[in-house]
Amino acid sequence: MSGEKQFISGDEAVALAVKQAKPHVIAAYPITPQTIVVERLADYVEEGELESKYMYVESEHSALSALFGASGVGARTFTATSSQGLLYMAECLHFTSGGRYPIVMMNANRSLALPWSIFGDQRDSLSQRDAGWIQLYVENVQEAYDSIFHAYRIAEDPRVMTPVMVNLDGFILTHTYELLETLPQEQADAFIPYADYANCIKFDEENPMNIAITGGPLLNMEFRFQQQRAMNDALKVIEETDKAFGELTGRTYGGGLVEAYRCEDAEVVLLSLGSLCGTIHVVVDEYRKAGKKVGLLKLRSFRPFPVDKVAEALSGARAVGVVEKDISFGYEGAVYSEVNSALIKKGLCPLTRNYVGGLGGRNFSKEDICGMFDDLLEGAPADSVQFVNLRGDIDYGNEC
Amino acid sequence: MQEIRWHGRGGQGAFTVARLLGQAVSLYEDKYAMAFPSFGPERRGAPVLSFTRIDEDVIRDRSDVVECDYAVVLDETLFGPAVKKGLKENATVVINSVKDADAFPIEGCTVVTVDATSLALKVLGRAITNVPMLGALIAASGIADLESACKAIDTQLSERVREKNKELLKLTCDAVKERMGK
Repeated sequence: MSGEKQFISGDEAVALAVKQAKPHVIAAYPITPQTIVVERLADYVEEGELESKYMYVESEHSALSALFGASGVGARTFTATSSQGLLYMAECLHFTSGGRYPIVMMNANRSLALPWSIFGDQRDSLSQRDAGWIQLYVENVQEAYDSIFHAYRIAEDPRVMTPVMVNLDGFILTHTYELLETLPQEQADAFIPYADYANCIKFDEENPMNIAITGGPLLNMEFRFQQQRAMNDALKVIEETDKAFGELTGRTYGGGLVEAYRCEDAEVVLLSLGSLCGTIHVVVDEYRKAGKKVGLLKLRSFRPFPVDKVAEALSGARAVGVVEKDISFGYEGAVYSEVNSALIKKGLCPLTRNYVGGLGGRNFSKEDICGMFDDLLEGAPADSVQFVNLRGDIDYGNEC
Repeated sequence: MQEIRWHGRGGQGAFTVARLLGQAVSLYEDKYAMAFPSFGPERRGAPVLSFTRIDEDVIRDRSDVVECDYAVVLDETLFGPAVKKGLKENATVVINSVKDADAFPIEGCTVVTVDATSLALKVLGRAITNVPMLGALIAASGIADLESACKAIDTQLSERVREKNKELLKLTCDAVKERMGK
């Protein structure tokens, strides 16, 4: 059985998948470039196509607080946000992951102020690395749609019970229309059957208890230990989920954690996340045609971080470039640090370089990608952190 | 891969038509397509761009469209440097204008004009030129079948305006074909 085909945007595809996942409660506050997701969901509820309690809240902090409560009684929940909205949720991100509420969120990756910008980069979600949420990054509209189903299955797995954030590059994915194959509703229902949290602790009138409690020095670490264990177990669950989804639809995402493309014999590999992987993929094909041994490693799961899979895919490379739309000021891109750490743990020491670009929506051209491959094939630049495509016509002041 | 750049003003439907073309070829012709607007705030009346990419294979390139095969100008007041730049050699530029193509010289490119505004006023009673300019592009390029464009209109436009837009699409397509001696 196969689904129907639609020509649809990333935002619309997410809304459609959420409709099919039938959350009991949706609470969200609109923000560019996520707005279309919550507009469509509001329409679905209004038109009776989705039986869900849609809570119109006054802020992102309230949106996630509301879901904290809803998830606390065992409801399936959804929210979506972006950029400043995600930061405004920051306090509740920790509440919900610490409380082990399997909330699913879509985040439209967008730059952070100042300078004010509605355009895309990944500084919003990467800055929330330690919030205890599983973070998936998707490459295209189909993967965005499919990953909503993955997200519910992963989040609600009894071994995991941890919220999941599905990240789409703002505008580049949220506002781009392309071909989508939908999942028939019966298959969606079977893939993510709603199971009341029967064996879990929840707010229950029949069985009143106090949850989401204080945890002082006597117990706090034990909660944290379990959170860490669940996150590590999620590695396995993400893989199982990708496999099961593949059996159902024929669509897999490299095993769920990373997607390696022509890495086996590659001398140079670029690692990235999100939609940029598509452009790198095209350049890899062009370079391979010219006999240059290059590859792409797409990082799909940033948290949990798949150390083994990353190291395995990079084990033959003599140089690795990490391309990211992020910078941790005073050091380097967050993903670059993670990749270096993984390599060292596995006793690998290829040359590594960090290509920081796409900040505030700056384009990454194919020529930019060629430049990175050429750099790494021919001997790399001295500085480990390179700003890609920086304007040369600006007076940066005396220090530069 | 063929890349089409649409020039319009906010509110003229430049993105709707980019989407109509993408849907026409990907849902009804077994090709792949990507349609996207120029990203950013939306402002009525401001110059806007939108893009359609079409290929026989899956399209993965997500970088900006730098050089296009076709540029379609919904509003001739937009003709200027923004239209003339970023064109491949031998690109075709289709412009909504009462003037002849000679009035819009672009070196190395074929320019086709059609008075889509008058045709739209005649059929729709409103000067909405996105769908007729799709008809003009189809006539000038053969990039899609009229039939699949009609199917896209059937699913994308509101029922009230579907039939008239399909009529206008065909009318403009014929007008351009006649002009080009096709």
